[in-house]
Amino acid sequence: MVTEFGLRLAISLTQIGAVMCIVVITVLILTLAERKVLGWMQDRMGPMEVGPYGILQPFADAIKLFFKEDIVPAGANKFIFTMAPILCLIPTFIGFAVIPWGPNWTFEINGIVVKPFVISDINIGILYILAFASLAAYGIILGGWASNSKYSLLGGLRSAAQVISYELNVGLSIVGVLILAGSLSLVKITDAQTGWFWNWHIFALPAPQIFAFVVYVISVVAETNRVPFDLPEAESELVAGFFTEYSGLRFAFFFLAEYANMVLVSCVASALFLGGWNAPYPGTLMELVGLSSWSWIESTMWFAIKTYSLLFLFFWLRATLPRLRYDQLMRFGWKVLLPIALANIVVTAIAVFIYQRI
Amino acid sequence: MSQLVFAYFAGMIIAASVLVVALKNPVYSALSLLVMFFHVAGLFVTLHAEFLAAVQIIVYAGAILVLYLFVVMILNVKQDDRYHNQWRIAGFVCIPLMMEAMVLLSGGAETRTAGSQAVLGPSAQAIAPDNTFAIGQTLFSTYLFPFEVASLVLLVAMIGAIVLAKREIGEQDDPSPMVQTKAVE
Repeated sequence: MVTEFGLRLAISLTQIGAVMCIVVITVLILTLAERKVLGWMQDRMGPMEVGPYGILQPFADAIKLFFKEDIVPAGANKFIFTMAPILCLIPTFIGFAVIPWGPNWTFEINGIVVKPFVISDINIGILYILAFASLAAYGIILGGWASNSKYSLLGGLRSAAQVISYELNVGLSIVGVLILAGSLSLVKITDAQTGWFWNWHIFALPAPQIFAFVVYVISVVAETNRVPFDLPEAESELVAGFFTEYSGLRFAFFFLAEYANMVLVSCVASALFLGGWNAPYPGTLMELVGLSSWSWIESTMWFAIKTYSLLFLFFWLRATLPRLRYDQLMRFGWKVLLPIALANIVVTAIAVFIYQRI
Repeated sequence: MSQLVFAYFAGMIIAASVLVVALKNPVYSALSLLVMFFHVAGLFVTLHAEFLAAVQIIVYAGAILVLYLFVVMILNVKQDDRYHNQWRIAGFVCIPLMMEAMVLLSGGAETRTAGSQAVLGPSAQAIAPDNTFAIGQTLFSTYLFPFEVASLVLLVAMIGAIVLAKREIGEQDDPSPMVQTKAVE
């Protein structure tokens, strides 16, 4: 009994550790990739000084942030000021627990069934992610309030309004996929998309979710406070928004949370709409050449390619679009995206109903 | 084990609820309300109602409480002692309520549990591993009428909120995002 519990705990901790490592490494790569991609798009070189082609830049940044002086402004609420970055970071990392990274395999160790490519396959997977994603707003709004600064407070309030508005669109755009897959578990949703790429929910009959995908992508850009929706940290009006007063490691936490959140929403988008770890063709090439036990590498690589393509889209948007004005942002969210998401639910529901009858 | 887990969640819910009303800083009150919502969700999970747990967090913690914080920060409510001098009235209201609860819990326990079993009906027994499916099934068959009535009430409230907020048409081009969000809740 005790050893079984211990073994279970050990397996879970190993998986959590592996996923945390992958996420942190991805964030490190992203910080460099963003500056490089932005540089190339603007006909610059990007960071070139640290290491060959600047590839050690993320480590230099990390060391710099680590050794910076940690300032708590006078009149700040110390407890909440300390807690806000952590409150921002933890929900994002928790969300990765239900992401399926590879095929839905199981193997047994001493009678314990282990799924190697997902930490926990719970039956409300996607709702679990939405629930914790909604908590990230607290970190921002409390961080803004606790700083005891006008700019921070305004940034925090803007962010709260924005995150709530666009969270609704994220939730509604997912519903169509849930109707098609008939499940809330990300593992089951991904399994429902095997076969050719036209089985992916973005193209799948009877109701292709292409509009839902567009609404989802726009809404998550707004939810992660990225350009063109980065009003909470608009430099020209608010200095730096909710993290104006933050420095050193606390600022690094906010930074890490933003990038980890980008990775999370890209993972969710590729699992829900783009077939997750499924290749665009049935089965895998590894199976064809007789290496079926290694086919997981191909599957996880497909997942990585889809996720990184979506992350590239984030950079591309940042290099292309100017920031929206606050009223444009709200009008766009409520008067354009929300009706599209609702119409998508109605159309999908009717299409699936008719499809099941014939 | 399950008793212990229940005791933890119940204890934390009570402690956090007391803190919500006892703390003087409104932001701290909101935070302890957040802690309470989480433990209520935990209680749902121990009852194998994962869907309700997730919805509890998404709706209450993710949307409604953020709006509370929003209002607290906009009004900039400083530590206010006004509401902490009402313990006499609170006592008058609370003591009878407490006695009522005691009587109900001790005396009428058996009859009430038997009655509540009947109210849930046979569909409640059918709640299988997939809790989401079971809730959907029950909501749109047995309780369709109450569900529609609740939707209508919410729609009326939503229209009412918009009418109240948009009193001066033409002056304000941009509708306040807060009122809209609240109405959608």
